[in-house]
Parts: sequence; C-alpha cells; structure tokens
Amino acid sequence: MASALINVPKKAKRGDIIEIKTLMSHIMETGYRRTATGELVPRDIITSFSCRYNGVEVFRADLFPAIAANPFITFFTVATESGKFDFEWIGDQGFTETASAAISVE
Amino acid sequence: MKLIRTIAVAGLLLAAGFAVPRLCATEIPQAERRSGYTFMSPDTKAIQDDDTANPGMLWVLDGEALWKRKTGTADKACADCHEDARASMKGLAARYPAYDKTLGRPVNLEQRINLCRAQHQQATPLPYESRDLLALTAFVAQQSRGMPITAGADPQLEPFVAKGRDTFMRRQGQLNLGCTNCHNDNWDKHLAGSAVTQALPTGYPLYRLEWQSLGSLQRRLRNCMTGMRTQIYDYGAPELVELELYLMSRAHDMPIETPAVRP
Ligand code: HEC
Ligand code: HEC
Repeated sequence: MASALINVPKKAKRGDIIEIKTLMSHIMETGYRRTATGELVPRDIITSFSCRYNGVEVFRADLFPAIAANPFITFFTVATESGKFDFEWIGDQGFTETASAAISVE
Repeated sequence: MKLIRTIAVAGLLLAAGFAVPRLCATEIPQAERRSGYTFMSPDTKAIQDDDTANPGMLWVLDGEALWKRKTGTADKACADCHEDARASMKGLAARYPAYDKTLGRPVNLEQRINLCRAQHQQATPLPYESRDLLALTAFVAQQSRGMPITAGADPQLEPFVAKGRDTFMRRQGQLNLGCTNCHNDNWDKHLAGSAVTQALPTGYPLYRLEWQSLGSLQRRLRNCMTGMRTQIYDYGAPELVELELYLMSRAHDMPIETPAVRP
C-alpha cells in the first residue's frame, strides 16, 4: 500500500537551496487514549526520521506523541551533486519504511 | 469531538435566540455560493493545493492499487472491467448519488462501488469508512477533479432531492435546529473558531485535520447531526443518501475538489 509521498526537485543548479517535502502514512497513536471499556490503546508512533544525500545524513528528526497522524516533514538542503536522497522512518511496533528520490545537479 | 461540543453550545445559543437574525430559511443565491475551501486559512489551503502535501493523496494512491487488484470469488479487479479509471471514471463522481434502476432509488459512490464488489467481483461489501472503501472512492472521485457537479439533474431523482431538501430545512433534535439555520442563514459567521460555511460537498471523501483521516460526506453529516442532538441515521441509510443528493444538487456546477482538505 502507498505509504510515502516525496517531493524532491528533479533538477537543480549546483549550490541551489532546495526544499524537500515528505509525507508518511501513519496513525501516530499517542498511547494516552483509552477505549470505550477503559483499556489503554498502546502507543504506536514514528519515533525517528532521517534523510541521507548520497549516503551522507543531511537531516534527522525525532518524533513524539503530540505529532499528528500522517507526519508531513519538510526541510531544506543545498544541491551539491547528482544522486539520490534516501529517507527512512522508524517507529514503534517494528515500524520501518524507506523511500528514495533522484536529483540531477548541473 | 471539539466541533461536536462547539456545535452543541452554539446550537444552544441559536436555539435561545441569541444569534438568529431571521428564522425563515433563505437559500443562498447561485452567485454567492462558496466552497468550504474559500473559508480556510492560507496554510490549510496550501495543504490541499499541493498533491505531495495533501494527505488525502495517500488514500488515492491506495485506491489506485486496489483498482488493479483481483479479488472475490470472481477473481476480477475493477480494472479488468473498467480498464483505465482516468477514462472510464472521468466525471463520474460529479453525477453521484445517481439513480439505480434495480433498487429504484439513488445510491452514492460508496454504495455503487460495493454493488460492483458484490455483483461483479463476488466479494463481501467493504464496511463504511474502512480504509479500502475510502481509498477506492477517493481514487474514483479524484478522476472528476475540476469537473462541474451535475448530480440531481436526472428527473427520476426529483422526489429524492425533495426529501433531502426537507431534511435540510426541517427543525429537528433537542436544539430544534435545521441544517438551514446554520448553513443558509449563518454561513458567514463562526461557531467558536470554526467557519460555519455553506455545506457544499465539493471535496468528498476529504481529509479533515480534526479527524486526522480521510472521511466520507456521511461521516461529516453524522457529525453535524450529533451536534444538533438529533436522530443520527446509520451509514448508508436512505435519508443520508437523499441528504447527500440534495447537497450535491445545491452545489450544481461547482468543481469537484476530491481529495479536499478541511479543518
Ligand atoms: C466483472 C466486471 C466488473 C468489475 C470487476 C467491476 N465492475 Fe463496476 N461495473 C460493471 C458493470 C457491468 C457496471 C454497470 C452497472 C451494472 O450493470 O452493475 C458497473 C458500474 C460501475 C460504476 C457506476 C458507473 C456509472 O456509470 O454510474 C462504478 C462507479 C463502478 N462500476 C466501479 C467499480 C469499482 C470501483 C470496481 C472495483 C472495486 C468495479 N466497479 C468492479 C462491471 C464491473
Ligand atoms: C449549529 C450549526 C450547524 C448545524 C445546525 C449544522 N451544521 Fe454542518 N457544519 C457546521 C460547522 C461549524 C461546520 C464546519 C466545521 C469545520 O470545518 O470546522 C459544518 C460543516 C458542514 C459540512 C462540510 C462542508 C465542507 O466544506 O466540507 C457539511 C456538508 C454540513 N456541515 C452539512 C450539514 C447538514 C446536512 C446539517 C443538518 C443535518 C448540518 N450541517 C447542520 C455547523 C452546523
């Protein structure tokens, strides 16, 4: 099933500041809510997100229960060379998802 | 939950006559109709406008995968019969709910999809508000994005549109409110922080930030009914489909926005 929406410019000039947008499908269950019968709903959140640019980490974030479902994370980086962005989301209950996007830099 | 409480409180105020300038229901002139989109903050509009920021697109992509997946005893995918949705489903959502000859009454898009599951795929119907049904509905409806709404134009639907209109206009529930008292008479005001809006269902299923999920028009209607403390119809009830139909006919010619985003 579709899990991530990624927006990375396909092309950029060397030295350009580019915006990267990511949206990950996830319920982000806080762990604080209870069911109608009083049972605690176990926490199920993404705990960490990272982005590597040709293998080098350029962005990392820790996530917490107060973050809404389907976290939308955007950030900026400098286009230095053609290659690949690798994204990784890690979370509770063994959650891991990856995605990647290519860029060509002139 | 917040909205439900807000409606109840504001409803009490309305019922007590604090903010009711006129009690007779006036309908909104064609030229003054506005999509719920136009009431949103620039930030929320930006989420809807960008397909890589709009979480509704996650359901659309799921729907596209489901469209191609074989299922049921017939082992058929939607695509086996309807081929490319971009062509076969184009403009379709703009004319739903539509009249179903066999049933002799209008069916909404979710029900139409479930008819195909039952009759043509020989699979069990998907539950209302399940991820798969929302995904398929969003995927089908997205093929009509930007196209003008024509639902309700079929003359066979006339009595059903009229029934939906009656439900919209009728005062009901413990607060003795009609939908019209908010959405025709006070659409330019706020209930606590929320814009009341004109209840024009241009973007369903849509991603509601409050729900943190995609949801159907019926879910939205049931929310408003909870706030009004009136009888809440079950998902799929004929009364809700008639209300959907009337609301769509009220939005005649306005463009489909699916998957829209609302606060
Ligand atoms: C075996 C063939 C078959 C399969 C599989 C099938 N359909 Fe259909 N569909 C039909 C036929 C035939 C009709 C015309 C109405 C009827 O006879 O039921 C139809 C009608 C429809 C309509 C209404 C069209 C209109 O003009 O109003 C929609 C929407 C639709 N199908 C969606 C789907 C979806 C979504 C799926 C997959 C979940 C699906 N169908 C699977 C054969 C199929
Ligand atoms: C007390 C006022 C009130 C009443 C009565 C009321 N609503 Fe609403 N309705 C609201 C508010 C406020 C919102 C917008 C909430 C938001 O988006 O934050 C809303 C939203 C809607 C929407 C969503 C519009 C969009 O842009 O997606 C629809 C459709 C709707 N209502 C239909 C109805 C129907 C049908 C009834 C009667 C069964 C009804 N409402 C009764 C206050 C009311």
